[in-house]
Amino acid sequence: MSDRFSFARVLAVLGKEFIQMRRDRLTLGMIVGVPMMQIFLFGFAINVNPKHLPTAVSISDPGVFSDSIVAALANSSYFEIVKATNSPVVARRLLAEGDVSFIVEIPANFSRDLVRGAEPSLLVESDATDPAAGSNATAALSQLFTDALRDDLKGPLAARAVATPAFDVIIHPLYNPEAITQYNVVPGLLAVILTMSMVLMTCLALTRERERGTYENLLAMPVKPLELMRGKIARNIILGWIQGVLVLLIAKFVFDVPMIGSLPLLGICLLLFITANLAVGYTFSTIAQNQLQAMQMTMFFLLPSILLSGFAFPFRGMPEWAQWIGEALPSTHFLRVVRGVLLKGNGLAEIWPDTWPLILFLLVAGSLALLRFRRTLD
Amino acid sequence: MAQGLAIDVHGLTKRFGQKIAVNGIDIAVPDGQVWGFLGPNGSGKTTTIRMLCGLLRADAGTGTCLGYDLITQSDAIKRAVGYMTQKFSFWEDLSIRENLDFVARMYQLADGRAKIDQTLDRLGLRKRQSQLAGELSGGWKQRLALAACMLHSPRLLLLDEPTAGVDPKARRDFWDEIHRLSTEGLTVLVSTHYMDEAERCDRIVYISLGNIVARGTVAEVIEQSKLFTFIVEGDGARVMAEHLRSLPGVEFASFFGAALHVSGRDRAALEQALAPHRQQPGLAIHEAVPSLEDVFIQLQEENSGNAP
Repeated sequence: MSDRFSFARVLAVLGKEFIQMRRDRLTLGMIVGVPMMQIFLFGFAINVNPKHLPTAVSISDPGVFSDSIVAALANSSYFEIVKATNSPVVARRLLAEGDVSFIVEIPANFSRDLVRGAEPSLLVESDATDPAAGSNATAALSQLFTDALRDDLKGPLAARAVATPAFDVIIHPLYNPEAITQYNVVPGLLAVILTMSMVLMTCLALTRERERGTYENLLAMPVKPLELMRGKIARNIILGWIQGVLVLLIAKFVFDVPMIGSLPLLGICLLLFITANLAVGYTFSTIAQNQLQAMQMTMFFLLPSILLSGFAFPFRGMPEWAQWIGEALPSTHFLRVVRGVLLKGNGLAEIWPDTWPLILFLLVAGSLALLRFRRTLD
Repeated sequence: MAQGLAIDVHGLTKRFGQKIAVNGIDIAVPDGQVWGFLGPNGSGKTTTIRMLCGLLRADAGTGTCLGYDLITQSDAIKRAVGYMTQKFSFWEDLSIRENLDFVARMYQLADGRAKIDQTLDRLGLRKRQSQLAGELSGGWKQRLALAACMLHSPRLLLLDEPTAGVDPKARRDFWDEIHRLSTEGLTVLVSTHYMDEAERCDRIVYISLGNIVARGTVAEVIEQSKLFTFIVEGDGARVMAEHLRSLPGVEFASFFGAALHVSGRDRAALEQALAPHRQQPGLAIHEAVPSLEDVFIQLQEENSGNAP
C-alpha cells in the first residue's frame, strides 16, 4: 500500500462522522436548534424600541385635561396604563419595584395654571436603570401631550394651544440620570457571568465521573445522592462567590457603578442565585450521558439566560411569550435584584417579588436533580 | 440465611430492552470459598456481578448476599461487599493515599488513618502513596483497586476480571493475595478469562448467553464435558488443522502453542479421522486428558451455534 493521500479514506471518515452524528440526537438538536433559537430570539423577541411600557398615572388634579392626557397615553403604542392613582407615593413604589417603567404625574392645580397661562409642569419619571428601554418612549412624550391637549384648548383658550409652550414636560430619568449604559450592563454581567460559569462547572460533575468509569465505583459505595450533590455543589458555591465579588469590585472601581443598597442583602441573593444555577447544572449532569452532551444542554440554558433575561435587550420590549420564558429564568430575577439593590437602593421588601422566584427555582431544580439521580447503573 | 452461603440467589434475570443479558441463573457460594466465573465476552458475567452488589436491579429472581436480601437490602450489601470493577475506576487525578482516604471516608471508617497505613504497608504501596493513581502502571493500579475495595473489611469480594492486562508476575501475586484472604474467611467470586486462574478456584461456573452451562470443580467440569482430546505434535501439524476440522467427529481442532488439540465427543470417529495420519513421518499423535481450555472452547462453540 502506498502512503499517499487517499480520498477514499477521507470519504470513509466522512461517512463515519455522518453515521455517528445521526445517532447523536443532541448534537443534531444543537445543529438545528441553536440557529433556530437565534433566529427566533433576535428576530422576534428582541426589540430595542419597546412599546406598551407599563405606566402609572398619578393624578392630583382630575379634570378634562387629565382625562385627555390619560386617553392620549392609553392610545399611544408606547404606554400602557396599568395603574391610575392619586398618590405619588404609591406610584413611586411601583417604579421602585419595577412594576412600571414610567410615572406621569399631573400636579395639583394643573388645569387652573394651564387656563391662566401659568405654564404648569407635567412631571414624568422614568426608570432609567436600563437607559435604552425607555428612550424612544421618552422622546415621544412632549409631542404626545401637546397633541392631547390641542382639542381641549379651544375657543377662548385657543391662544394657549398656539402659544408654545402652554405647559412644561419635566422628565426625570430616575436611578441613572445620566443614562450611563455601564450602570445597567455591568450589574447585568454579574448575572450572566455567574450563570455561564456555574452551570458549566457543575454540568460536568457527574458526567465526568461517568465518562471516566469512576461513577460505578461511587455507586458501589454507600454514599447518598444528596450527599453527593451537596459535596459536588459546595465547592462551586465558594468559587461562585469569589467570582461575584470580583465582578462587583470591578463594577465599583473600574466602572464607578453606584452601590446605593445593602451589600449584605445582595450577598445573600448572590448565594441564592449561585446555588440555583448549580442545581440546574447538576440536573444536567444527571441526565447527560457524556461531557459533550452536558455542554450542549448548558448552551440551551445559557442562550435564553443571556437574551431573554433583560440583560442583552430591554425586557419590556419582548413579546409576552418571550417575557414568560424570561420570568422562568433565575438570571432574569437576579438581574432585577442586582439593579434594584445597586442602583435603586431597594431593600428586602422591594426585591422580594424577585427573590421568592429564585428560592422556588432552587427548590425545583434541586428536587429534579435528586429525582433524576439513579442509584443503579440501569 | 441458608447455612454458610455467602451468595445464594435463584432465578436471577436481567433484560436490557429485548435482550436477555442474564437468564434466570442460580448461584450458591459457600462462605470462605473462591469461585471462578467464566464465559465469553458479553455472556452476562459483569451484569450478574453488578446485580449481586446492587448496582443493577434484577428484573426477576430472589436471593441473599451475606444474608441480606438482594432487592430490599442493597444498602447493607454495599457496605459489606467489596467490588472491583473491570475497568480501573478510581480517580486518576488523586494520589494513592487520597483515593484510599476518600474510600475510607465514604465508608465512614472510624480507624481510617490506621487502616490506610496498614493497607499501604501490606500491599507495599507505602513508598508510592503520594503518586497520582493515573501515573501507575496496570499492575499497580490493580493493587490499588484491590486495596481500596478491601479497606472496609468486606466479607465478600466481587472481582470483575481483575487481572485483565496485568503481567504474569503481578497476576501470580494477586492470586496469592486472594488465596491468603480466603483462608481468613473471605468469600470471593472472580470473573476471568485465564485458565490458570480458573484452575486455582474451588469451583467454577461457566456462563454463556446468560445461562449457566457448566459448574463444579475443574475436574468435574472436564468430566461432564465427555470430551476426548488427541494431541498432534510435529512438523506437519499446522497444515493438518484445516483438513481435520472438516472431518466428521472432529468438533474442533486448535493449537495450544505448537501442539494441535483435536477434540470431539465421539472417540471412535476421532480415531478414524486421525488414523490416516498415524504413520506420517515426523508427526506424533497421542491421547490426553482434555484441558479446561479444550472444554471451554467446546462450550463456547456449542453455545454460540457454531458446533458441527
